[in-house]
Amino acid sequence: MNAKKGDWVQIEVTILNPQERAPQVPEDTKKVPLQMRVKGFLLKENASIGENVDIQTMTGRIVTGKLVAVNPKYEHDFGEPVAELITIGKELREFLEGDGQ
Amino acid sequence: MIRDNSYTAVMARRAEIMKKAVGIDYEKFIIKGFAFDYEKMMKEVGYSIEEVRSIQAETCVGNTPLVELKNINKLIKKLAPKGKGARIFLKDEATNPSGSFKDRRAAVSVYHAQKLGYRGVIAATSGNYGAAVASQASKRGLKCIIVQECYDSAWRGQPEILEKGRACEAYGAEVVQLTVGPELFYYTLLLLEETGYFNASLYSPYAIAGIETLGYEIAEQMKELTGKFPDAVVVTHAGGGLITGTARGLKKAGAHETKIIGASVDLRGLHMASDNDFNKKYFTTGHTGFGIPFAVFPDRSDVPKNAARPLRYMDRYVLVTQGEVFYVTEMLAHLEGLQRGPAGNTSLTAAIALALEMDEDQTIVVNETEYTGAGKLPSAQLTFAKKTGMIVKRGDPIKEDKPGKVIAIPEHPSQIGYIEYPVEDMKKSYLKELIKREGRSEFTKEEMEFLKEDLRATEDQINNWIKEIQNY
Repeated sequence: MNAKKGDWVQIEVTILNPQERAPQVPEDTKKVPLQMRVKGFLLKENASIGENVDIQTMTGRIVTGKLVAVNPKYEHDFGEPVAELITIGKELREFLEGDGQ
Repeated sequence: MIRDNSYTAVMARRAEIMKKAVGIDYEKFIIKGFAFDYEKMMKEVGYSIEEVRSIQAETCVGNTPLVELKNINKLIKKLAPKGKGARIFLKDEATNPSGSFKDRRAAVSVYHAQKLGYRGVIAATSGNYGAAVASQASKRGLKCIIVQECYDSAWRGQPEILEKGRACEAYGAEVVQLTVGPELFYYTLLLLEETGYFNASLYSPYAIAGIETLGYEIAEQMKELTGKFPDAVVVTHAGGGLITGTARGLKKAGAHETKIIGASVDLRGLHMASDNDFNKKYFTTGHTGFGIPFAVFPDRSDVPKNAARPLRYMDRYVLVTQGEVFYVTEMLAHLEGLQRGPAGNTSLTAAIALALEMDEDQTIVVNETEYTGAGKLPSAQLTFAKKTGMIVKRGDPIKEDKPGKVIAIPEHPSQIGYIEYPVEDMKKSYLKELIKREGRSEFTKEEMEFLKEDLRATEDQINNWIKEIQNY
């Protein structure tokens, strides 16, 4: 996908390489870099995914990083119906209104 | 001049960066060694209850409803032995502007930042505090950056944190999202240095003063509703601010006898900074991963002296399981018509278990709720849990729950229970860590006086614990 100047985009930046990480970090985390993602407006005329670009964030900072998304979507949702949860309300109502245990 | 931005170099500049970014000279409160004058700090730097109330009123924060959970209380009566079954009341903090009690903290911090002339605020938080700071900053016309720990190394985001990030953006904030690791603090320091913004720390005296109104309101409202102060207030415990502020507010209102009970979700065994463990937690706060470390070493926070000092106030500490909290979240929606959560429902779960043991003429207040929705609902978290290979089942939560492996959702309300975590054990851990950090177990008179307050213990108790640690 290509982005043009002024588009709302997301970039990715490596902050610390594995060997630069804090000494107290556990072993599994030490194997991977510390990375960051931030969104802003593309400053370049045209750019494609994977390219190194400058963006201007909501507070006006200029940040450089690898372009990873154009118009990044919120991907979290309400989840799927969960069988283990669906009957709880009904069970509690029955317990409350019934005379047994 | 090119600044050295390596981890070690930035951490070495920490005190200098903080001083500029918090506007507090913590040095003036130091008495001797690690001893400092906590009350002096709270008094000189914080704000009085009256001032906080008027600051919060300017941005519609506080004065939230307190409601009796009548249907849940009926259920408790049905489960409890004769004469038992305390009544539970809930402080509906979700009705604050950004949907949680964190608005109280943010209101004072952002007001103070504006007063001091900062152009913007930064907060390092993966929680509701981000939205609260963003909301208050937009109201007061300040710029805002929220720094979140959000993803594992495969860019899998915790749904609850993703939602909190969305909320910050909805209020116009810049959201900086990091992968797992304690270097979140390092990166926040870099941002503070770059921007010159105010560090709206969760742990400053302003933030804690902001919560005192919550405890104060509870005392007033309970007096009005029931004619007396509550017997217990159950507080979801993570960083320690909520417990500290609530307890201080209750005391300021005269409720000295009210028991302060901390409650956290049991996630013991999962490493908070581990890339592998990060997405094995289906609660992003209010759990033991914050609750225990912050109680035993409050000054691990992002300010030199933490104003949140839970061991000064906590009478008991109880743990509940993830499955129980999901169950109680459903209960609150289906029986009380309140779709809230997840964090506040941790203390509600503990309150239900505790109510069964308390007398029927006693009262318990659960001191918070929070807004819920996409990412935050039990359905969102459990869908995510199943995708990450977790076993989700109905069963006995206390016996079958295994953090990082099994989530057991109660089959019956009688299975709601708690695990007692002795507060004394945390006080001993506090001392053990202190001895290790200081490299000595002999303390000056001033330091001992400080410890007596910070651990709410006698000198004899402290000396006995030290002996116990040395003989271990």
